[in-house]
Amino acid sequence: METLGHLAHGFSVAFTPMNLMWCLLGTTLGTAIGVLPGLGPALTIALLLPITYQVAPEASFILFAGIYYGAMYGGSTTSILLNTPGESATIVTALEGNKMARSGRGGAALATSAIGSFVAGTLGTLGVAFLAPVVVKFALAFGPAEYFSLMVLAFITVSAVLGSSSVRGLTSLFAGFVIGMIGVDLQTGQPRFTFGSTELLDGVDVIIAAVGLFAVGETIYMASRRYAGKDEIVPLKGSLYMTAAEWGRSWKAWLRGAAIGFPIGAMPAGGAEIPTFLSYAVEKKLSKHKQEFGTVGAIEGVAGPEAANNASAAGVLVPMLTLGLPTSATAAIMLSAFQSYGINPGPLLLTTQANLVWGLIASLFIANVILVVLNLPLIGLWVRLLKIPAPHLYAGILVFATVGTYGISQSPIDLVILYLLGAAGFLMRRFDFPTAPVIIGMILGPLAETQFRRAMTISNGDWSVFYKHPLSLTLLTLAFIGLVGPHIWAFIEHRRRRGTEHVPGDA
Amino acid sequence: MSTINQPAAPSRLAVPELLVGIGLLACAGAVAWQTLAIPVSPLYSKVGPTVFPYLTMVGLAVLSLLLILAAFRGGWQPEEEKETPTDWKAMGFVIIGLLANLLLIRPLGFTAASVIMFVLVCYGFGSRHTLRDALTGLILALAAYFGFARALGVNIGAGFIENQLNAAIDTIIGALGG
Repeated sequence: METLGHLAHGFSVAFTPMNLMWCLLGTTLGTAIGVLPGLGPALTIALLLPITYQVAPEASFILFAGIYYGAMYGGSTTSILLNTPGESATIVTALEGNKMARSGRGGAALATSAIGSFVAGTLGTLGVAFLAPVVVKFALAFGPAEYFSLMVLAFITVSAVLGSSSVRGLTSLFAGFVIGMIGVDLQTGQPRFTFGSTELLDGVDVIIAAVGLFAVGETIYMASRRYAGKDEIVPLKGSLYMTAAEWGRSWKAWLRGAAIGFPIGAMPAGGAEIPTFLSYAVEKKLSKHKQEFGTVGAIEGVAGPEAANNASAAGVLVPMLTLGLPTSATAAIMLSAFQSYGINPGPLLLTTQANLVWGLIASLFIANVILVVLNLPLIGLWVRLLKIPAPHLYAGILVFATVGTYGISQSPIDLVILYLLGAAGFLMRRFDFPTAPVIIGMILGPLAETQFRRAMTISNGDWSVFYKHPLSLTLLTLAFIGLVGPHIWAFIEHRRRRGTEHVPGDA
Repeated sequence: MSTINQPAAPSRLAVPELLVGIGLLACAGAVAWQTLAIPVSPLYSKVGPTVFPYLTMVGLAVLSLLLILAAFRGGWQPEEEKETPTDWKAMGFVIIGLLANLLLIRPLGFTAASVIMFVLVCYGFGSRHTLRDALTGLILALAAYFGFARALGVNIGAGFIENQLNAAIDTIIGALGG
């Protein structure tokens, strides 16, 4: 097996003392920011992007991947004990996990989510190792037209199919396109959307956009919502050891969760919401303890979605590493880290940067082991983090937002842009617009434009390249179905329901 | 999943949502204005630098019209969001803190500006231990300045406090060395 040889090589890269230290640092930091409400992996990795000027690519990607995985583990702790899902992917964990904590089984909930994350994370990482070379073989046949169509499909799935409204998701995505186009057009050297300002010629830094939307926007939103009810921390009760019955109920849920999460994450659709909700539905249907769901908390309802969440997080790395296609905000920021090194993720990455890719994948296995240790025996440490008072937490986030932004070029203009984006982030939060598509649009938009122009140049300005190539046509058709399908489905359902039970006066 | 299956509630005009839609339409207008300002060389006339901006502009305009339509049908905010009153005072203090940081970071340096912002934001979030907050903010800002910024090789503006501390550190190192 070729892959095993590559993996062995990867472990030789990851097992150097320095890289192990980066992995430990990343997983610890990742767990901490996962536990803290208001901080997420996308924001943290954005703040740490300057490290790419200091260390080798292997080191910074091992650090970033540790943060990415760690945040998944930490996020479930907060969901279970505080009932405040830090990320959309852990909403489902909060459903059953918090109920379990309230009925005194918090320990078992934390254990099943940590061990389930480990099992699914390891399976998912294996999936990355074996699937990535296969995708590469397929992707080598891609021309610019296919790449562009694939990106269109990804745009539709991340903004229109996931989330509560396709119109609002697409609005966020298009706002991201506008931000991404600010600055000098790389192909013609023309300044775009700079409003005549020289500061904007370099474009808006991804750090500023991520920090503005996620940190400043979130802080203003939390301040405006102080009248909303506060969640209390459920004190950690119950042993961290699961009983034989709890193991028996968990392990199948872990495997099913991993089987649901990884493929959905690996598709150019990405997103952890669908697999977690799907896994929850499956567990609820298959469970022999249906009466526990929504009442005292069912352990399957924690084990399955938590596993699905981690497996899909691993799956997201497949399109990221093989196609250069990020499908989550965190992956998009990791892509900009690649760009900062002058590395173009794509089908050639696995051969040209074998050290980096296989070292990264090997470090993910190590990260999973470290994380299960960090999150079970040391859980008490993380619970304490939850006791940081909200004023200090949010004021501290703003201090680090300043460091990250002002450090780029010591320009107060950057702070002005940061606060403007923060105001936009606040409005988006207030009016239920998703923020992740902005970051994805901002980073992937210019890449899509490049592929589009390349395809048009090759075809001599003939638009038919996008629908005459069968692969490109298929991808665009899928995108179209993704955009229109749910609406037609809802319309048919609406019609059908209206047909059976006639509502008087409903014209 | 979709905007179609709204409950058959009496559709009223939702003013906040309408403003959001109009604001976005104005953004689409700004995009159009800036796109017209992009000079196009005839060499690139086929797929020049303006094709994507125009596509984006059309997309934004269509989406904002759809949002305005949704606003006329009663908006999309969940009831829970509408029922919770906005804490304007808390928000105001956070914004004043951000503005203070913006205005003071040049003249006073990062640490001093950060402490002032920290105290104002804490006050906004309901903390009344101003002195303790200031101390926490000072420790955090110094940790950020000397730890985070130095470790990452990021250069943050130094002000009075940083210079004094740098001088003190140099003196100590000098005294130990001498």
